[in-house]
Amino acid sequence: MTALSRRGVLKATLGGFALGLYPGLGAAAPKRAKGLQPNVFVHLSPDGAVTLTVHRSEMGQGIRSTLAYLFAGELGADLARVSIEQAVGDAAYGDQNTDGSSSIRGKLDWLRRFAATARVMLLTAAAERWEVPVSACEAKAHFVVNTLTGAKLSFGELAEAAGKLPVPADDAVTLLPDAAHPWLGRSAPSIDAQSFVTGAAQFGADVTLPGMLIAVIARPPVVGGRIKRLDARAALKVPGVKKVLALPTPRAPWGFQPWGGVAVLATNTWAAIRGRAALAIDWEHGPNASYDSAAFRDGLHRALQSPGVTLREVGDVDRALAGAARIIEAEYDVPHLPHSPMEPPVALARFQRGACEVWASTQNPQAARKTVAETLGLPESKVTVHVTLLGGGFGRKSKADFCAEAAWLARAVKAPVRVQWTREDDVRHDYYNTVSAQKLTAGIDATGQLVAWRHRTAFPPISTLYGGPPVPGPGDLQQGVLDLALAVPNVRAEGCEAPGAPVRIGWLRAVYNLFHAFAVGSFIDELAHARKEDPRATWLSVLGPPRHASLRELGIPALKNYNASLDEHPVDVARLRQVLERVTKASGWEAGARAGPRRAPQLPQLRGGRGVGGASGRAHRGRRGVAGHRRRAHRQPRPRALPDGGLGGVRPQPRLLRRPHHERRGDAAVELP
Amino acid sequence: MAIKLVLNGTPRSLDADPAMPLLWALRDLAGLTGTRFGCGVAQCGACTVHLDGQPVRACLTPLGAAQGASVTTIEGLSADGNHPLQRAWVELGVPQCGYCQAGQLMSAAALLARNPHPNDEAIDAAMSGNLCRCGTYPRIRAAIKKAAGETP
Ligand code: FES
Ligand code: FES
Repeated sequence: MTALSRRGVLKATLGGFALGLYPGLGAAAPKRAKGLQPNVFVHLSPDGAVTLTVHRSEMGQGIRSTLAYLFAGELGADLARVSIEQAVGDAAYGDQNTDGSSSIRGKLDWLRRFAATARVMLLTAAAERWEVPVSACEAKAHFVVNTLTGAKLSFGELAEAAGKLPVPADDAVTLLPDAAHPWLGRSAPSIDAQSFVTGAAQFGADVTLPGMLIAVIARPPVVGGRIKRLDARAALKVPGVKKVLALPTPRAPWGFQPWGGVAVLATNTWAAIRGRAALAIDWEHGPNASYDSAAFRDGLHRALQSPGVTLREVGDVDRALAGAARIIEAEYDVPHLPHSPMEPPVALARFQRGACEVWASTQNPQAARKTVAETLGLPESKVTVHVTLLGGGFGRKSKADFCAEAAWLARAVKAPVRVQWTREDDVRHDYYNTVSAQKLTAGIDATGQLVAWRHRTAFPPISTLYGGPPVPGPGDLQQGVLDLALAVPNVRAEGCEAPGAPVRIGWLRAVYNLFHAFAVGSFIDELAHARKEDPRATWLSVLGPPRHASLRELGIPALKNYNASLDEHPVDVARLRQVLERVTKASGWEAGARAGPRRAPQLPQLRGGRGVGGASGRAHRGRRGVAGHRRRAHRQPRPRALPDGGLGGVRPQPRLLRRPHHERRGDAAVELP
Repeated sequence: MAIKLVLNGTPRSLDADPAMPLLWALRDLAGLTGTRFGCGVAQCGACTVHLDGQPVRACLTPLGAAQGASVTTIEGLSADGNHPLQRAWVELGVPQCGYCQAGQLMSAAALLARNPHPNDEAIDAAMSGNLCRCGTYPRIRAAIKKAAGETP
C-alpha cells in the first residue's frame, strides 16, 4: 500500500491550477511564516505562490472549481501560480455543511470579499511604495500595475509589505465590478477533471496509512436493536482477519451516533467482508422488531382521514368543499428512499497521543469533528477531520456516523482503521428520506372552476432523529406545500401525525419537496382528467398569473424560506410558468397532441416511450451582504440549461433510468355526487 | 499463493488467495486505487478493468483468473493521461463527482478498440452496464464520439 505523503502536490494539470493532493495535512488556517494571509482562505507567499482554501466538499457540483475561480479572479491572480487546498473541519471557515445548495447561494459577495481583501492590501502596499493613491493601482495577472506610470510590481514582491498592513475593515474593501471579474457568470473547466480521468483523484477509500486495518461492520438489522449473542470463531479463522469487536449500542435519540454492531477488522477489504459473513450473531431487535412497512403505510393513510394541524389557510375550505359541484380526491404515498451515492460511505481514522485524525468523504467536516469528539470524549480541539473528494453525497454524507465508527475503532485497536461500508450496508442502514402519505382534495364548482384545495401530508420528519414528535411542522411543509402558489380562493394545508418513527430519517436532496411535488403534480393530472383539459393548461390556471406570492396570499404567517427573505428568494410564479412552457416546448408536447391516441385525440400526449421531466428551483435574487457593505445591483451568474438533458425529451436509457417506485392508492379521481 | 500477471504493462506478482476479487487485489495489494468500488456484485461498472483487452468487472473477477494474463486499469490506460477518451472527457467536462468515470472510460476504451466508430446503439449496448449516479450519460456519449473522431 502506498503510504500517505505529507503535502504531496500533484503538479499542474489544467488551466494552470496546481492541485493539492488530498488530504491536506495540518491544522485549519495554518499561520504561514511569511507573506500575506489576511484570512483563512487566501495565502500569498513571497515567491508569488497563491494558496486558496476550499472549505466546502466536492461531490460533483463543482464547488472546488467555483471557489477557486471566484477567489483567483477577485484577487487578480494568475491561475498558473495558484494551488488549491481543502480545508479541514473548523468553525473558522464558517458553515462547512455542504448541503441545501447553499455554498454559493446568498454568499457570493461574502466569499469574494476574502480575496478582495488580499487584493486591497496588495494595492495599498504598492501605492505606498510608489507614493500614489490606491485608486491609481490595479491588480492583474499576479502584478499590481501603476496606471499613472505603467510601472509593475509582482504579487510576490509585495507579499511581505502587504502582510504587515492591518487587515482593512469590510467597508474599506470594494469588490470588483462584476464585468471586471474574469470568471463570474462564465463557464470554466473543472480543476479536478484530469484527476478523475486518470484515476488519481482521492476519494474516501483511497487514503491509506501504514499499519491500517480495514473494518466491515455487521450492524443491527432493526433500528434500536442490540447484540444478544456473538460467535466470532469462524470469522477469526478467515485469513487476514485480525480482530472482531462489538461496538457500543447507541441510545435514542439516534442523531449521528455510530450504529453499534460487530466490526471485523482485517488487513484487506475482502478478508473483512468474508469475516463478517462468517459471524454468527443473534440480535435482540428491540422495540421496532415488529415494524412492518406496509402496516406503517396504512397507518399514514389512516392519519389522513381526519384533520391534522392547519399550517396554511386561505378562505374557507370546508364551506367551499361542501358547496362544490364535484369533489376530486386522491391519495399518494412514497416509500423511504435511500441516497445510494455511487461511493458508499467510508472513513479512515488514526488515534495517537490523545488526538484523533479522520479522513472521510464527508459533506460536513464540522459535524464529523463534533461527533467524533463526543464519541471519544475528547475536546474538539483534539480532533482533525480531513475532507476527501466525495463520490456523491446527496445528504447521506452530512451524517457523521461512519466517521465516528472509524474513530472509535482506531482508538480501540490502537491502529489506523478504515471503515468501509458495502453497497448492502448503504441501502440497509441509511438515513432514508422519509416515508409519506398525502391526501389532496379539490372542489370544482358548476362552471368547472377550482374553488377549493386541501392538502394533507403525513410523515415522520427529520426532527425525529433528535427525539422530536412524528408530526411535520411548518419548517417541513415549506418544502412544496406552503410555498406553492395557488390561484384558488380556498386553500388549506394540514400536517398529520405519523404512527411513530421506526427508521432513521435524514435529508436527501430536495427532501420533502420530492414527495410533495410528486403528489401535487399527479393531482394536477387528475384535475386535468376530470376537467377534460390539457394538463399544461390546468397547471397554468392553478398557478395563476405571473406574480410574486406574498405570505398573505399563501395564507401563512411566516415562511422559513431556506433562511432567506421573500424578497431575496421569492415565490415566483412567472418562473414556474416558464419551466412548464419550456419543458413542454422542448419535449414536443404540441406535436404529441397532434399524434395523440384515438381515445382522446383532443388531449396532448407524448410520443410513445417518451416522458417529460421538469425541475424547477426557486431563484435566489438578492445577496446577503456583509454588514456595512453597500448594496449594489449585481448580475447573478445566469442559470444555464445543461447539455445533459435537464429539459425533457431525452430518450430514457434502459437500465439507467428507473421509474421511481411511487404508488398511488385508491381510485385516482373519485367523483362524488 | 503468488499470482503472476502483467499489470499495466509491468510483470507483477500478487501474493493472495486466488479467490480474492481482482478489485480488492488491485486496490489493497497493488495500491492502484483508481479502480472504484461501487457495488461489489457486477451491477454498476465502477470497477471495470481490462483483462487481456476485454472489459471485466473486477469486483467479481477472481484474482486467479488473471494468472498469466494482462490487466489494464485506469492508471494504465495511457502513459500520461492523454488517451483520446481521456482528452475528450476533460474537454467536454464529462465528470461530475468523478467516481464512476474510471469504469466508464475503461468500458469506452474497450468499445473503441473493437469498434472505432460506434453509433448510438453500439455505445448504449457497450455502456449500459456502467451506472452514473450524477447522470453524465449524454456527455459520455458525446465524448465517445469525439474520441472516435480522433481515433485513426
Ligand atoms: S463494483 Fe464492480 S460492478 Fe459495481
Ligand atoms: S460522475 Fe458521479 S457517479 Fe458518475
